[in-house]
Amino acid sequence: MVMADTIARPHVTWDLVADVRELLHFQFMQNAFVAGTIVAVTAGVVGYFMVLRGESFAGHTLSQVGFPGAAGAALVGVTPVFGVLTFCVVAAIAIALVPGRRSTGPAFESALIGSILAFALALGFLFTTLYSGFVTGAYSFLFGTFVGISNTEVVTLFVTATVVLVTLLVMGRRLFFASIDADVAAARGVPVRALAVVFLAVLGLAVAAATQITGTLLVFALLVAPAASAHQLSNRPGRALLISVGIAVLVTWLGLAIAYFSEYPIGFYVTTLAFGAYLLSRAGRALAR
Amino acid sequence: MFSHDFMRHAYLAGTFIALAAGLVGYFVVLRNQVFAGDALSHVAFTGALAAAVVGASPSAGLFVSTIVVAVVIAGLGGRARGRDVVIGTIYSWVLGLGALFLTLYTTSASASNGRIGITVLFGSIYGLSRFQATIAAVIGLATSVAACVIARPLLFSSLDEGVAAARGVPVRVLGTAFLVLLGITVAESAQAVGALLIFGLMVTPAATAQLLTNRPFRALGLAAGLSVLELWVGLALSYAIDRLPPSFAIVGLAFVAYAAVLAVTRSRRRRAPA
Repeated sequence: MVMADTIARPHVTWDLVADVRELLHFQFMQNAFVAGTIVAVTAGVVGYFMVLRGESFAGHTLSQVGFPGAAGAALVGVTPVFGVLTFCVVAAIAIALVPGRRSTGPAFESALIGSILAFALALGFLFTTLYSGFVTGAYSFLFGTFVGISNTEVVTLFVTATVVLVTLLVMGRRLFFASIDADVAAARGVPVRALAVVFLAVLGLAVAAATQITGTLLVFALLVAPAASAHQLSNRPGRALLISVGIAVLVTWLGLAIAYFSEYPIGFYVTTLAFGAYLLSRAGRALAR
Repeated sequence: MFSHDFMRHAYLAGTFIALAAGLVGYFVVLRNQVFAGDALSHVAFTGALAAAVVGASPSAGLFVSTIVVAVVIAGLGGRARGRDVVIGTIYSWVLGLGALFLTLYTTSASASNGRIGITVLFGSIYGLSRFQATIAAVIGLATSVAACVIARPLLFSSLDEGVAAARGVPVRVLGTAFLVLLGITVAESAQAVGALLIFGLMVTPAATAQLLTNRPFRALGLAAGLSVLELWVGLALSYAIDRLPPSFAIVGLAFVAYAAVLAVTRSRRRRAPA
């Protein structure tokens, strides 16, 4: 990784206290852990609702739209996280508001989304090409990085996460009702359509935050895998939410720690740990039956 | 423009790649298998880099990985549908593996090509040698011929699987054969526009064609024609404009054409009396 050129490779001593002290010694690792924790909590909560509502494909689309956002911001000299946030939220609202999405049929819709995905990624590629000498930057947008998270970005992530969590706290109960049975909820006076739009906007924010750690292509590792594991392990919403957040945080912390002590990218560790957690939860459920 | 070897190779390979992508892409949209294509493109990236790590040719890795996974998807059949959570989790893990191989390759002493990841993800049609371009053209042509040969029964079974099966069309065999063709086309397209952008060459022209006509064979021809035309113009644009990457030119052009046709057909439908 990039670190290998700048500092001596850290070693695992297997003395837990010393290792943790070593891990948190540098400012950039402290920032990475703070940012990672914020992102993991947000992704765990939003991911739970996303899986419940069957909207993981919207999450996939939003994460890829974030790539030209990040690259475009870097090109014009703005902090990438602002570009990602803007692109993701605008795209989320656009997805929510496209009229007659259902009436035109699934083949039309998936062809439309596929075309938009390819165009968004191509645009991101154009921006990275114009921003010359940017190969490493493109890799970190695509596959995630934990080096060089600035204080500004940590604060931005914290504000984003607060907005997301407060919004979900306010509408959580009604959103849960609307996600389980939209028709009954609508009949009981729950504003189902408005909730759906707000949730997609929140999802846009959460995806944008998660891409800061996992990159555009690996966002599902924090957004889907922990939530899917939680749905396997518990049917009770409160407990499942906690499990989802717990797995997301654990995966992020372990991923950061292993990536710090090794030379391979964090994206690989985070996705592998998340995938492992999902497999374990399925195995656990199969055994419990 | 054609005095340069790299442009001649790009046009030679690109024409047949686009032809195959347009033909196969039409069925991808018709059969609503866009997400099988998505799966294959993710796998293509990891396959190409895994091949690079063990010292094999990345294009061999592309073809082997996409064909193997196409057969696996065909074997899962309908069971793989509607499980976006499982599929999403597996995709991101496969891509994570790709990121690992990328680091393994770029940090190994023998690595000469630090841009290989970008090349696989976003294509390198100008980097084709004469030999590679010829191979790509031959495979593209063979795929197109195969797609045309199975076009009629495949169309039948795509539109109404039950009736086609009752009429003695080997629906399951056709489905598998089609997915293998799709795998080959994804690997081909990945060489031209990259693993992440293949939809721009496969799905976008087909979606445009379907907006323009309801007649299947006309739409099939139109999809292939649009795909080839967009590739030709895209290559010329990227040659004429400095620093415009060819894959963006092609995909961007396809998207603009699609958006324009979508806007025109929508407004015409709105004006027509209900």
